[in-house]
Order: sequence, then C-alpha cells, then structure tokens
Amino acid sequence: MGNISAFLDMGGYSQYVWPAYGLTALVLVVLLAVSLKAMRARERELGASERHRRKRREDRSGRQDET
Amino acid sequence: MSRIHAFANPQRFLRLAAFVLPWSAAATALLVAGGLYLALFASPPDYQQGEAVRIMYVHVPAAWMALFIYVVMAAASAAGLIWRHPLADMAAQAASPVGACFTFVALVTGSLWGKPMWGTWWVWDARLTSVLVLFFLYLGHIALSRAFDDPTRGSRAAAVLALVGFVNIPIIHFSVVWWNTLHQPSSVFRMGGPTVAPSMLAPLLVMALGFTFYFVTLLLVRVRTEVAARKLRVLRLGELRGGVGAGSLVPGT
Repeated sequence: MGNISAFLDMGGYSQYVWPAYGLTALVLVVLLAVSLKAMRARERELGASERHRRKRREDRSGRQDET
Repeated sequence: MSRIHAFANPQRFLRLAAFVLPWSAAATALLVAGGLYLALFASPPDYQQGEAVRIMYVHVPAAWMALFIYVVMAAASAAGLIWRHPLADMAAQAASPVGACFTFVALVTGSLWGKPMWGTWWVWDARLTSVLVLFFLYLGHIALSRAFDDPTRGSRAAAVLALVGFVNIPIIHFSVVWWNTLHQPSSVFRMGGPTVAPSMLAPLLVMALGFTFYFVTLLLVRVRTEVAARKLRVLRLGELRGGVGAGSLVPGT
C-alpha cells in the first residue's frame, strides 16, 4: 500500500505530473473519439445517399421501359 | 503525372487506409502502453528534478509531433497547390486539428513542468512564444480551410497560410540557440548525439513513436471522413442539378 501511495505522490510533484499525463490522455482520446464518430456519420450518410440514388435511377429506367 | 494521380486516387487510398488502419491502431496501443510503462515505472527519477522529470515523457514527444505534423501539413499543402490534387488538400486539412492538439498538449504540459522547475507557469521567451504562434497558425489553418462553401477554395487559402507559416518551424527549432531562453536547448537532436541517459531516452523515443502512429491512424480516419464528405457533396449537387449529374468532381468516384 505504501508503494502505491509513494508512486501516486510522485516525490511531491503529483500536482504537476498527474495533470500533465491526464490532460494528454484526455486530449488524445477525445480527438480520436470525435474523429471516429465523424467518419462513421459521413460514411453512413454517403451509403444512404448512394442507395437512394441507385433506387431512383432504377425507378426511372423502369418507368422508361413501360413507355 | 498520371502515375502520381493513380497513386493518389481516392479509391486506392480507401483500400490502402482499410488495410493500414488496424495495424497502425495496434502499433499505437502497444507503443503508448510500453512508453507509459517505461515513463512511469522503468525510468529513474532525475538527480535534480526528482519525479517531476516524468512530465518530459509526454511534453517532449508532444512538442516533436507539433513540429512534425506542421511539416507534413506544409508538404501536403505544397503538393496540393502544385498538383491540384484533392487528396493532398484533404491530408493537410486532416492533419491540422491533430497538430493543434499536440501543440496544446506541449504548451500545457510545459507549463505544468515549468511551475515546479522554473517557478513560473509561463515566460515570454523565444521558445514558448514561437510555439504559441505555432498553435495560432494551426487554429488559423483550421478556420481558413472551412471558411469557404467550396472546399477547394478553402484548401487553397489554407495551403498558402501553411506555407507562409512554415518560416516559424526553423525559428522554433533554433530559438533556444539564437536567443537566451529560459527553455533548455535540445538534448536529443543535437550535434554529437543525444546527452540524455539511455534509461530516459528509451521512454522518450517509444512514446514519440507511439504518438507518430497515433497521428498516422488519425490522419487515415480523418482523410476517409473527408473523402466521404466530398463524395456526398458531389452527389447532393448532382441531385440539385436534376438528378442525373452527380459526375465525378472527385476523381475515382
């Protein structure tokens, strides 16, 4: 137990060392999460849009066949 | 010329990205985990700075990335201006927020290290000031590249800013030599080799490599996002023009 608290104390510099690591982790994780979320959203939108376009084109050529 | 375009083809890029992404993500996780172990457990406290030296293992790699990403961004901007290829523009646009984040991390961790070691959070010395300017260059690049309805025009304007701002990179690197700064000179990239003890150099390099793979991973993710966004834009413009258009403003679509 003493080992862990000595580690967390960082030789008296805990108030500087842990915020430095914490902030780095926070910034990098948030940027990763935001980027992945944006990628999924755009690719989902694109997929939906392409399906919609294909369907419309098929509908139109179907109508042309009838006439 | 056509060969360059073949390699910069978005479809080809998407296939390459899909192949590289899992590997770069795995490399990031392994290297950062190894770097953290070395930084927090396996490396010794400094004889002068004690345990506070451990801030170095995030501060220095983040500062290296801040410069490295700017160089990548400027190179992509130059390629975008010369060959007018959308993928180069997209790479520059994808890189700048990542660079801004690393610059922010370098500034704040530097401040957290400066307080116990120098007795101050901030000084207006040449190194700190030029890195702050770098941060604003990144912010300006992000704002400018999104300031136009036409993404191509935004990329052009942002590319010019990136190239003009490149003059700041050698200033940052040599600031600790040219001026009498409170910030210490480089002890890794110097003539005659590093003066850092191997037990402290190892976590520094492993962490820097981990950050580099993180950047590669994010660059692939963000360029993929931008490729999809531009395809989507072309599709919607085509629909507005009567549904048949939807041509290939983006090559390879």
